[in-house]
Amino acid sequence: MPQQRVIVVGGGLAGLAATIRIAEADMPVDLFSMVPVKRSHSVCAQGGINACNEVARQQGYSEYQHFDETIYGGDYLADQAPVLEMANWAPRIIDLLDRMGVPFNRTAEGFRDLRLFGGSLFRRTHFSGATTGQQLLYALDEQTRRHESEGKVNKYEFWEFLRPIIHDQRCVGIVAQDMRTMQIRAFRADAVVMATGGCGLIFGKSTNSVICTGGAASRCFQAGAWYANPEMIQVHPTAIPGADKCRLMSESARGEGGRIWVPRKQGDSRDFKDIPASERWYFLEEKFPKYGNLVPRDIASRELFDICVNQRMGIGGENVVYLDLTHRDPDYLTRKLGGIMEIYEKFVGDDPRFTPMKIFPAVHYSMGGLWTGYVHGAYDPPQPHGEHRAGGVVPVSTDSGQGMQPGAPENMMTNIRGLYAFGEVSFAFHGATRLGANALLSCIFDGLFSGASVVNYVRECEPGETPADSLDPATFDAAAQHEQSKHQALLDSADAGDMTDETNPYRIGHDLGVEMTEASTVVKSGPRLEQCLKKLAHLRDRYSRVRLSDAAMWTNQSLSYTRALGDMLILAEAIALGGLKRKESRGSHFRTDFPDRDDPNFLKTTIATYDPQSRSTDISYRDVDTRLVRPRPRTYGKIEAEQQHKTGQPVVAK
Amino acid sequence: MALAHAHSPTQRRLNRQAAKPGRTIRIRIKRCDGPGKPSRWEHFDVKVERGANVISCLQQIAAHPVTADGKATTPVVWDAICLEEICGACTMLINGRVRQSCSCLIDEYAPNHGDSITLEPMSKFPVVRDLWVDRSRAFEALKRIKAWIPIDGTYHLGPGPREPARPQLTRYTLSTCMTCACCLEACPQYTIEHDESKWDASFIGAHAISQVRLFNSHQTGKQLAPDRLDILTGLGGIASCGNAQNCVKVCPKDIPLTESIGAIGRAATLHALAKWFSGPS
Ligand SMILES: Cc1cc2nc3c(=O)[nH]c(=O)nc-3n(C[C@H](O)[C@H](O)[C@H](O)COP(=O)(O)OP(=O)(O)OC[C@H]3O[C@@H](n4cnc5c(N)ncnc54)[C@H](O)[C@@H]3O)c2cc1C
Ligand code: SF4
Ligand code: SF4
Ligand code: FES
Repeated sequence: MPQQRVIVVGGGLAGLAATIRIAEADMPVDLFSMVPVKRSHSVCAQGGINACNEVARQQGYSEYQHFDETIYGGDYLADQAPVLEMANWAPRIIDLLDRMGVPFNRTAEGFRDLRLFGGSLFRRTHFSGATTGQQLLYALDEQTRRHESEGKVNKYEFWEFLRPIIHDQRCVGIVAQDMRTMQIRAFRADAVVMATGGCGLIFGKSTNSVICTGGAASRCFQAGAWYANPEMIQVHPTAIPGADKCRLMSESARGEGGRIWVPRKQGDSRDFKDIPASERWYFLEEKFPKYGNLVPRDIASRELFDICVNQRMGIGGENVVYLDLTHRDPDYLTRKLGGIMEIYEKFVGDDPRFTPMKIFPAVHYSMGGLWTGYVHGAYDPPQPHGEHRAGGVVPVSTDSGQGMQPGAPENMMTNIRGLYAFGEVSFAFHGATRLGANALLSCIFDGLFSGASVVNYVRECEPGETPADSLDPATFDAAAQHEQSKHQALLDSADAGDMTDETNPYRIGHDLGVEMTEASTVVKSGPRLEQCLKKLAHLRDRYSRVRLSDAAMWTNQSLSYTRALGDMLILAEAIALGGLKRKESRGSHFRTDFPDRDDPNFLKTTIATYDPQSRSTDISYRDVDTRLVRPRPRTYGKIEAEQQHKTGQPVVAK
Repeated sequence: MALAHAHSPTQRRLNRQAAKPGRTIRIRIKRCDGPGKPSRWEHFDVKVERGANVISCLQQIAAHPVTADGKATTPVVWDAICLEEICGACTMLINGRVRQSCSCLIDEYAPNHGDSITLEPMSKFPVVRDLWVDRSRAFEALKRIKAWIPIDGTYHLGPGPREPARPQLTRYTLSTCMTCACCLEACPQYTIEHDESKWDASFIGAHAISQVRLFNSHQTGKQLAPDRLDILTGLGGIASCGNAQNCVKVCPKDIPLTESIGAIGRAATLHALAKWFSGPS
């Protein structure tokens, strides 16, 4: 009998959770990653992971409220049923991680400690020092290593995914390249799980790791997978601007009492110590008395942007504001935020326990991603519920299967059969913006919950359908050959000595980052996005003439980057085009020319499709699943929210 | 250029305060095209941006791979991912000392115009190309010592063991080890081994010993303690450690490696004695 197997591409939280779940079901897994999985981007996550818990529950919180917050936070753009399932599963996921040995912070009595995070008034964020992502990833890495040593998992580290192999409209494998030897090979599989993370590098300097190019997602997109809500890019309000990247200052700094301010007097050049409280402008606390500094990310980013770019109120006239923790006890800060305090000190040189940090927004997370479907679960109210209030009656149980049907093969499958998308590379769960500490949850949830769906899909493979192992080798050879030629063409362009900026891949990448950050992040407008699309066409033209500066047939990193750059340019177009066509403001997507949310026209999922013939991207829309809760305005209790919304004035000159 | 050797934190702070904006510095890089190929030195002049670190300089060089004497060359190959000193990838020798390059601020190492910084690949691991080395052996060690908690599976079985804050903090610190291999590079007992079949008999390294302490101190993890101690009492185990204590001085995460080595040394002795008394199993 032919051996059935699954390929998982990506060894971050989503990929490893999937690997563990699938291997546990005795299905062999080939796990591909550009980097040793223990070094995946998920290590960067600092703040924590959300889940309802006993303390919060006794204060009136519930899984249902976590669900409601996530939907509200995402400005109703997320399909609702998967979010309900995720929120219901969250406490079980924390328990599992706890059993795996994650050193979650503890209370005096030895229970798991909790912290406050944006978008909630309840303590529902579990954390492990200031390196929660690292600790979670290590726990999953350890379990994966266990399965590996039991022979159930085969790791291909330092292998780059180049394309899915699609036969008869079904994904039956991948082409990948060994990044050291440069060998290109086709691999067969009965299902492929993409868990390749985000695309921050499209914006140049972001909080993401250097491998987060979105290249893998773009390659699936070019092979026919739908890419949903590309325009939904989250900008984190508090990052430390740097020469090589923007390092995140976790939201937990605000959760632990961090206050954002600028001097009331423009250009005030006094040392922060010499500025009395009355001359400090705590603008977030003033405008949002209920949530204060803990307003969600998009709102905070926009306010910071407005203060610095429009009002020119940044510290010393620069694009930075204070994030101040100096009023808190230094020992407490070391205990609660040690790791992130260290990051700041290490990379900037000042100790944030005694000197306020200087921060500015940076691109952080992509809510958009490969489109995925699901099978609706048991809960189907006759009409959607209104706002849920703390302590109110919860309309649905937390049993597995209320939101999504467990094990249904379609869960988190893309529009291509047998091709799945888990974690940040998928568009699910976060709608138009993501709440802090919900990403780690969604990644692990995807792997654990929908990992079972992958197994079922493979096992219940339709009768008469050939297992990948028995398919004609020609399919696989052709796919590998295609990549081989592409590889060769890039090598042939190598041209040491005669590199102009015009055709230099790193310069093109730099120009792409600058353009995308300016046109398609915190504030957007129709004219600016049109201009951006023109610029992208120009960059693609430059790229068509790109020249490598390294012709090596061994460990050629420039080649890998340059190939990804081509894919980034294509995804960038989807991001800009999606933003141009969405003529409203919702969540992270803020259009100065359409400042209001427009539910009748745009309570819809953007679907980008790619036509390889014309090499162009098309945008269409699908309805959002809003069967569970009714959309309401997302204001977070802002004072004069209405007034602000009505002006419709462009916030930014450019 | 005494300032350039910024080994103490005080010196580094002084350097940072003295750093001249807009200066150009020289980066000397030991390069190698691949396994078995000879090494060579190349020098690059780089204009220092605000907040520059070794990676941002390497990025500049990649975009404009021309040496200080004007010769075109290939971009330097290096390993880096997070740029936040949390993934462990970018480890290399900087001015002869092992550390992460992403957190290495140019202001601290080369504060004056014309100062130079030297970059070399780690010496205890086979070079893949330029500054990128193959650290598989450090990961293999984790497999040998069963560096995991033997859970029953992913089904919902309630929470893990309750744990007071103090042991949690100890475990947390041990658990921040990013397998960067600084401790291995600095260890006199750890020598380069190209032959994979000899890894099992060669010194396993401080990082693995410390991970044994981590997993043996967890209520469920303990179940595998005898297996782990078997490995550490065997060839290449804890007896190979000469107690030179270099490891602990270079660990970027301040993991108390010598403390771990001491604790596990005692446990290993007890383990060996117990085995001796109970006879061969
Ligand atoms: C600085 C920072 C802090 C954060 N803090 C939090 C937080 O506190 N709470 C929270 O919930 N979320 C947080 N997030 C978000 C969260 O960390 C990420 O969304 C999440 O870790 C993504 O996990 P993933 O498994 O989807 O992908 P990743 O962890 O990005 O992993 C992607 C994997 O895919 C592989 N890969 C990529 N491309 C290819 C290819 N072409 N071929 C082969 N392999 C490939 C990579 O090698 C890697 O193994 C933070 C993000 C950042 C940047
Ligand atoms: S104490 Fe042991 S492990 Fe550490 S450097 Fe010395 S010999 Fe190596
Ligand atoms: S113990 Fe420290 S030096 Fe050694 S691998 Fe771990 S983090 Fe690196
Ligand atoms: S790049 Fe991750 S530690 Fe330096």
